[in-house]
Amino acid sequence: MKVADFELYKSLLYDKSGLVITPDKSYLLDSRLTPIAKKWNYPTLDMMTLQLRAIPDPKLVKDIVEAMTTNETSFFRDTKPFTLFQETILPHMIQTRANKKSVRIWCAACSSGQEPYSLAMILKDKEAQLKGWRFEIVATDLSEEILAQAKKGIYSQFEVQRGLPIQYLMKHFTQVGETWALKDDIKSMIKFSTFNLLEDMSRMGTFDIIFCRNVLIYFDEKTKGGILARMDKQLTSDGFLLLGGAETVLGITDKFVPMPDKRGLYIKNPALQPSAPPPTSSGGFTSGLFKRT
Amino acid sequence: MSVCLVVDDSRVVRKVARRILEELGFVCEEAEDGQLAYEFCSKNMPDAILLDWNMPVMSGIEFLEKLRSMPSGQSPKVVFCTTENDMAHIQRAITAGANEYIMKPFDTEIIKSKFIQIGLIED
Ligand SMILES: C[S@@+](CC[C@H](N)C(=O)[O-])C[C@H]1O[C@@H](n2cnc3c(N)ncnc32)[C@H](O)[C@@H]1O
Repeated sequence: MKVADFELYKSLLYDKSGLVITPDKSYLLDSRLTPIAKKWNYPTLDMMTLQLRAIPDPKLVKDIVEAMTTNETSFFRDTKPFTLFQETILPHMIQTRANKKSVRIWCAACSSGQEPYSLAMILKDKEAQLKGWRFEIVATDLSEEILAQAKKGIYSQFEVQRGLPIQYLMKHFTQVGETWALKDDIKSMIKFSTFNLLEDMSRMGTFDIIFCRNVLIYFDEKTKGGILARMDKQLTSDGFLLLGGAETVLGITDKFVPMPDKRGLYIKNPALQPSAPPPTSSGGFTSGLFKRT
Repeated sequence: MSVCLVVDDSRVVRKVARRILEELGFVCEEAEDGQLAYEFCSKNMPDAILLDWNMPVMSGIEFLEKLRSMPSGQSPKVVFCTTENDMAHIQRAITAGANEYIMKPFDTEIIKSKFIQIGLIED
């Protein structure tokens, strides 16, 4: 790809999705955009680039941006965050939200849905214990194409064997030919919608738990900082943020601090809270759940 | 080091499984059918068993049922690894005492993910 063309795609992707693409990844542009050129009936990728430069069709731009996202994910990815959710965060929420009995969860880059569905299955299995509680799981992604897949809740044999315990497969899926379909009671627990993390987040409302995993890695520090600062506003003062294994807030924002000994789990920076120090009677970290062990 | 017994009538599958299991830190032993696996276990109970379903002499499910009624036959973690990929087979295997179930074809990723789930290896 010509340098000028690379620069065109580079700035387009950065503006539309935050994705930072370096020259050594320019082969990715060729391999992922050639099928888009074909889909749009351009004889070559160069012809598509020319059109894009002259009069960019928003639908074409959208296709290009979506084609360049990495949708790699799996059920219970990395295990730990889901154990934390089940064994640490949930019991804590049950104490701190005892009056409201409602919890809002946001999966902020949900890809093909495995992350929110993993949470839904955990909650479903605790149904008896959570009687009277309302859990809302909002799952969003930039890519309409991947969201359409997520909504279907149909997975290949390979996908249901990565991270998904067999008991969950037996309980929550039905076999449809060579594929496995999630049952409706799990699917109905998730609200899917498109959302670009670069946008203003206020319309999303506030959440008690935000999963924002394995998406910040694609962005530069400025974009990461902006997203985390906006997320801070959408998270309740005693809420939790979960990032991916290769992501951190350190050196990027002071809005959040990592929980000691709980990898990937972050809370709002207590030093920035209006009512610091944190409450002692109604939960907070003094309830003993987060004591170092 | 933990010992994993691979029970499969295909030499190729045993070889592939061995390579993956050794990479994951297991000492690997092999058996060609359920009967040979049973004999192996009567002498030396392994920590883990990767078990095919359809084999001559004694099938995987027959072996599993016999294993679970042996004196220390509850201790090994048993992971089925078979081309049988329907819910009826899965349910039968789990009821008979299998800890996990892999539908062939498998790769390192799948074996690793299943072994982590049942605590055979650390994440
Ligand atoms: C690697 S997946 C992560 C999926 C899941 N959270 C996980 O950890 O397995 C990254 C997802 O982020 C989405 N994404 C990329 N840029 C985005 C943006 N600016 N706004 C929202 N989603 C974005 C991609 O479409 C992709 O589905």
